[in-house]
Amino acid sequence: MGMKAKQRLGRIIYHILVCGFGFVMIYPLLWMIMSSFKETSTIFSTASQLIPEKFVLENYSTGWKGFAKVSFATFFKNSLTISIIATIGTVLSSAIVAYGFARCKFKGRRILFVAMLASMMLPAQVLMIPQYLWYQKLGWVGSDLYLPLIVPYWFAIQGFFVYLMINFIDGIPRELDEAAKIDGCSYYGIFRRIILPLITPALITGGIFSFMWRWDDFLSALLYVSNTAKYPVSLALKLFCDPGSSSDYGAMFAMATLSILPAVIIFIFLQKYLVEGISTSGLKG
Amino acid sequence: MSKKNLTLKQRLNTESTAGVICTLPFTFGFLMFMIVPMFISLYYSFCDYNILSPAQWCGLDNYVKMFQDGRFFKALQVTFYFAFVSVPLRLIFALIVALILLHTTKITGIYRAVYYLPSIIGGSVAVAILWKRMFAMDGVVNNLLGVIGIKTSFSWLGNTSTAIWVLIILAVWQFGSSMLIFLSSLKQIPVSLYEAARVDGANKWQQFWKVTLPLLTPTIHFNLVMQMINGFLAFTQCYIITQGKPMDSTLFYTVYMYEQSFENYNTGYGAAMAWVMLAIVGLITWILFATKKLWVYDEGL
Repeated sequence: MGMKAKQRLGRIIYHILVCGFGFVMIYPLLWMIMSSFKETSTIFSTASQLIPEKFVLENYSTGWKGFAKVSFATFFKNSLTISIIATIGTVLSSAIVAYGFARCKFKGRRILFVAMLASMMLPAQVLMIPQYLWYQKLGWVGSDLYLPLIVPYWFAIQGFFVYLMINFIDGIPRELDEAAKIDGCSYYGIFRRIILPLITPALITGGIFSFMWRWDDFLSALLYVSNTAKYPVSLALKLFCDPGSSSDYGAMFAMATLSILPAVIIFIFLQKYLVEGISTSGLKG
Repeated sequence: MSKKNLTLKQRLNTESTAGVICTLPFTFGFLMFMIVPMFISLYYSFCDYNILSPAQWCGLDNYVKMFQDGRFFKALQVTFYFAFVSVPLRLIFALIVALILLHTTKITGIYRAVYYLPSIIGGSVAVAILWKRMFAMDGVVNNLLGVIGIKTSFSWLGNTSTAIWVLIILAVWQFGSSMLIFLSSLKQIPVSLYEAARVDGANKWQQFWKVTLPLLTPTIHFNLVMQMINGFLAFTQCYIITQGKPMDSTLFYTVYMYEQSFENYNTGYGAAMAWVMLAIVGLITWILFATKKLWVYDEGL
């Protein structure tokens, strides 16, 4: 065998292996999506076949009806409300805090910066019970306004986003600030007119991650939302697994498929930002 | 110009005031949503408290009880096992796949996307319920095993030794984001180093051990710290898929803490557990940083 042929064979084997393993990686997702189009009674008897014998949309219509007269339209609306409001808060507050850290020297800056790094290391689960006790005192538990799921995010409590934006602002030449200052711009004006427009990519990256995290958030919904009509999608999906539910697996897979749709859309159209967020600041997808 | 003559507007526009004002949201948020809750829970951790009735001071009782609680130690053991198995496995996978997909062509871009899609959606409830059905007795795993000739209705989630592996596989499946981090640091290693190594007669294998791996150690360290913390605190997947069953073999610390606080209403005990967890996470982070100089290369290129 010649050198060329050998190389070619090597390349073919490489692609077969990488493709094959990639198929294994996304098989669970394909299986879920395909199962949602199968007749619900045949899902497990035909579990080893990927392609449905008969494509049906029935699971989507039965699943959409939801639970106890609350349809999935409501659950999706709730999820969107929470995720969008919390994300706007996260992005705006993180941007201004990052600007303060990156561009201003002030007393206590070091301590505050350490606090921010610590907040990155302090995961939500450690705070689960402490925050619950505190929000209970504030009367936020079970509130239909989603206060515990929204308000904290308006105060830049996720250090990751601040950190991401500090890095970005550091890359903007200070000469721009100086020039604006000479033109009579205040520190706040510089933020609004110069920094904010220039860090748009970081705002988008932060916004995407924040949105996906809020959308997937299950723990705080579990703790703080008690009224079924106010459930976000993540919590509503859990109802399919509860003992005593009718276990309509077709409907369950149909709604689960819809629930990952926002993430998949982001993945397809905004991949550039995702990759950037993960590889520059180690945000977890 | 003396300070007194400045107008309010001018005073707000000094660098230090602007800094304080701009970072005010974080200062407030940090105090209100982290520090205050932590101290309130510190108080309650010394109390017999169950949300429904007023708290009663009981000193160190909750902490003493923890040391006599078999399930507490079981939860610790399960959590350590999960973190120490799933995190290294995930990093090894991520590194291998990153090395395989390093050369950029059009098609490797698609491969990369396929490999990291799971880590984008892996934390969702949808994937958790999917996983639960996949490993059910009549689920897709047993069915596929049937196709290749192993007829079985093994209960993966009902067996004390396999249930934890269902969760570990789910965690390892999401290696994609670590892979991306590795890819970006692999690209920063200058080609000249490899050329120099080749001139010195190093083969591919030696190049990996002597050049690639040492230069990757800072990235590995960063990944290890962040993922260990998260590995210790996994909640959603365990809560939905196994709820600690069977026989507490998958009882994660966080799930046990949740159960004690919100199902058994031992909220004081739960608060104490949160503090112990913070101490453990802090200790592990400290160990990872303290041992950093032993194996992390940080002398620059």
